[in-house]
Amino acid sequence: MNETPAIEIHHLVKAFGDFKANDDVSINFYSGQVHALLGENGAGKSTLMNMLSGILRPTSGQILVKGKEVHLHSAKDASALGIGMVHQHFMLVGAFTALENIILGSEPTHAGRLNFKLARKRVEEILSRYDLDVDLDAKVDDISVGMQQRVEIVKVLYRNADVVIFDEPTAVLTPQEIEDLLDIMRKLAGEGKAVLLITHKLQEIRAVADTTTIIRRGKVIGTVKTADKSAEELATMMVGHEVDFKLDKVKHEEGPAILSIKNLNVVDKQKVKRVTDFSLDIHGGEIVGLAGIDGNGQSELVQALTGLITPTSGTITIAGKDTTHATPRQIIRSGVGHIPEDRQRYGLILPMTVIDNMGMMTYTEEPLSKHGILNQPAAVKMTKELTQKFDVRTSSITNTAGSLSGGNQQKLIIAREMSRDPQLLIAMNPTRGLDVGAIEFIHQQILNAREAGRAVLLVSYELDEIKQLADRIAVVHAGKLVATENADDLTEQQIGLLMAGEDLKDKEAVPNAD
Amino acid sequence: MDIQVLLLTIVSTTLVYSAPLIFTSIGGVFSEHSGIVNVGLEGMMVMGAFASVVFNLKMGDTFGAATPWLGLLVGGLVGAAFSLIHAVATINLRTDHIISGTVLNLMAPALAVYLTRLIFQGRGQTDILQHPLATATIPGLSSIPVIGPIFFAKTSLAAYLGIIVSIIAWWILSKTRFGLRLRSVGEHPEAADSVGISVYAYRYAGVLISGFLGGIGGAVMAQSITLNFSATTIVGQGFMSLAAMIFGKWHPVGAMGAAVFFGFAQSLAIVGKYIPVIRAMPDVIFTVAPYLITIIVLVAFIGNARMPAADGSTFVKSK
Repeated sequence: MNETPAIEIHHLVKAFGDFKANDDVSINFYSGQVHALLGENGAGKSTLMNMLSGILRPTSGQILVKGKEVHLHSAKDASALGIGMVHQHFMLVGAFTALENIILGSEPTHAGRLNFKLARKRVEEILSRYDLDVDLDAKVDDISVGMQQRVEIVKVLYRNADVVIFDEPTAVLTPQEIEDLLDIMRKLAGEGKAVLLITHKLQEIRAVADTTTIIRRGKVIGTVKTADKSAEELATMMVGHEVDFKLDKVKHEEGPAILSIKNLNVVDKQKVKRVTDFSLDIHGGEIVGLAGIDGNGQSELVQALTGLITPTSGTITIAGKDTTHATPRQIIRSGVGHIPEDRQRYGLILPMTVIDNMGMMTYTEEPLSKHGILNQPAAVKMTKELTQKFDVRTSSITNTAGSLSGGNQQKLIIAREMSRDPQLLIAMNPTRGLDVGAIEFIHQQILNAREAGRAVLLVSYELDEIKQLADRIAVVHAGKLVATENADDLTEQQIGLLMAGEDLKDKEAVPNAD
Repeated sequence: MDIQVLLLTIVSTTLVYSAPLIFTSIGGVFSEHSGIVNVGLEGMMVMGAFASVVFNLKMGDTFGAATPWLGLLVGGLVGAAFSLIHAVATINLRTDHIISGTVLNLMAPALAVYLTRLIFQGRGQTDILQHPLATATIPGLSSIPVIGPIFFAKTSLAAYLGIIVSIIAWWILSKTRFGLRLRSVGEHPEAADSVGISVYAYRYAGVLISGFLGGIGGAVMAQSITLNFSATTIVGQGFMSLAAMIFGKWHPVGAMGAAVFFGFAQSLAIVGKYIPVIRAMPDVIFTVAPYLITIIVLVAFIGNARMPAADGSTFVKSK
C-alpha cells in the first residue's frame, strides 16, 4: 500500500510514573479498512486510543494525521481532525434525548437558540446514509443498549469523523446486536472511513477486521492480515503462550437441590419490580449459568439470595433452611459463598489489609477470635496459607486490598469464599475485567467447586463464559426466568434471542434485535 | 374586612415574602444543574442583603428612587463574588459541596456583622433604609376589574420580576446552547468533556449565577421586608429557597411556584390576624409554619424528585 495512512503513529510512548503503558508503539491505520487492536486487559490498547482521541497526551513519539504531525490536547482537537471515539462506557447523558446527545458540543444555533430543526435534518441524513435505527426523541435512559451505542456512532459521524475508534464495543451487547454492529463497521469502512476496533475477542476480529495489530504489555507484537492467521495463532500472540480454550469438565451424577428459589419477587429501592415470579433449583455438583443482559434483575436476584435485599414474596431455601428473611451473616453461616458483582464495593474493604479482608466472613468464629477478641496470629497463618493456595500475589499480606491488581483482588475474594467450603457458590461476573491467566484460574476454581459436589450459580453477562462452564443455562429477561435448558440444548443464537426477550417458538424468521 | 381587601392583602404579602425566595431558588437551580450542590445560598443571601443595605444607605441621596433597584444589582454582584469561594472550593479543590456550602453559611453572617460594625461605628445593625423597595401599582393592569386591584395594585414588583426571571431561566436552560451545555456538565461531566465542553467553565458559570441570584434574593429581603441589616435579616430563607428548588423539581418555573407557596405560608402569619378562624390559633403556629412546611415538603418530595445525575460530584480532567 503506498497511499498515505489516515493515521500513522511513530514510536509512541506513554508512561505513568515508572510504568510504560505504551512502549515504542508504531502502527499505520488506513482508510477503508477495519483495523483491530488485539490485546489482553491492561495491554495498553485503551491508553493508545485515548492518546489518539486527545484524552491523554503521549510522553514521546509522533502522531500523524493524513501525513501531517499533530498534537492533540483535547477531544475537541481530535474531533476537529476527524478522529472520533465510540467509548466503551458510553459518553451519553441519560436525561437528554438522543438528538440532544448527538449535537451536544457542536450545536447549531439561531440567534442564541438551539436550532433543533437543522440539527435533526443533518442527523437524519446520517441515519439514512448508514441505515441506522435511532429514535431521536427518546431519552437515552429509555432506549436499549444497542441503540445507545448507535447514538454514540452517530455522534461521531455528525462530527464528520474520518477515523472511527470503537473501544471494546461488544461487551454490553446481545449476539444479535453484535452482528448488527459488525455490519455497521463494515459499512463505515466501505464508505472510506478508517475503523479502529479495540477488543480482546477473537471471533469479532475474525469476523470483521482486515488487519490486526497485537499488543502485549504495551508493545506491538505484530501487525498481520487477519485472514492469514487462525484464532489460535492470534490468541498465542496476544497471551504469549499457547492457550487451551477447552476446560476439563467431567460429567457426573448430580446431588440433591441445594438452592431452591420459589416464586421470588424483588422490588428495588426505587420501588421498581426487578424480579418477577422467579423459580429455580440448583443441585449439588451442577453449575447453573444465568444469562441475561445487564440490568434484567440479576443484581437484585443475587442481592436477595445473599440477604442484601428482602424479597417482597416467595421463598429461598438453601441447604434445607428457609433463608428468605435471613440476615447476610445467617446466610453466610448456612453455607453460601458469594463472589459479588462489584468486587471493590461489595467484595472487599479496599483500605483494609489482605489479612483483614481474608477474615471478613469468619472473624466472629474460632480460630480467628475468641470471646470477641481477635486472634491476629491465627489470621496471619490462615492468610498466608490461603494466599499461597489461591495464588494471590502481593508483596506483603499487610498491604491493603486496594493495592492489589484486579485479578489478585478477585483471587483474594475467591480464596476467602472457597476456603469456607460453601454448599452454594454464587458468582456474579467473576472474571469481568480480568486477563486470560486470571480467567483460567477462576474458571478452574468454579469447576473444582462443582467437582466437590457444590451447587454453583454463575451469573454472567459474558455468554462465552456461561457456555464454557454451565451444565444448565437459565435465561433471564426483565426479571423473569424465560428458559432453563441443558447447556448443550441451546445455541448461542437462541440464548441471544431469549436474552432480548424474544420467543423461540416462532423464531425461524430473522429477529429484530430491538 | 371585606373579601376583596382580604384577598388583596393575602396576595400582596404572599408576593412580598416570596420574592426573595423566587430569586434565590432559581439561583439554586442554575448551580445544581451544573452539578454543584449549593447549600450556601443562605450565606449568599446574607452577603447580598448586607451589600444592598450598605449601598442603599450610603448612596441613597445620589440615586434617589433608583437606589433600591441598583441595590439589587449590588447585592447580586457581591453575592456572585462571595459564591466564588464555593466555586473554587468545590470545582478546583474538590471539597465536599455540603461542607463548603456550610462554611459559607457560617462565614457570611459573621463577616457581614463584622463589616457592619466597622462601617457603622461599632453598631451590630444598620439604620432603617430611607429608600426601600416599596410596593407599587402597575398602571393599566391594575384597572382590570376584580383581578386588577388584587394582583396589580400596591404589589411587589420584585416578585413579578422574579416570575419573569424564572421564565427566562427556563428558556435559557432548555432552549439555548448555554443551557444544554450547563445541564450536560451536571448530568454527565465526562460525556460533556469528551465532546470538548469545559466542565470547569460551565460549573463556574452555574455557581456564579446562583451567587448573583442569591445575592439579589438577599437584597430583596433586606430592602423590602426587614428594611435594615442585622444578624437576623436572613433567617433560613436560603434554606427555604433550597427547599423550593427541590419542591419545584429543579425546574426554574417549578422553583418559582414553590417559592410563591412558601411565601404564602409566611404571609399567613401576617394575614391570619384578620381571618376569624385562624386568628384563634396561637401565634407560635404562624411563626413556625413556614419552617414546618419546608420540612414536610422536603421529606415528602425529596424522594420522588430526580436531581441532576452528577449533582454533588467532582470532576477531574485527565492529563
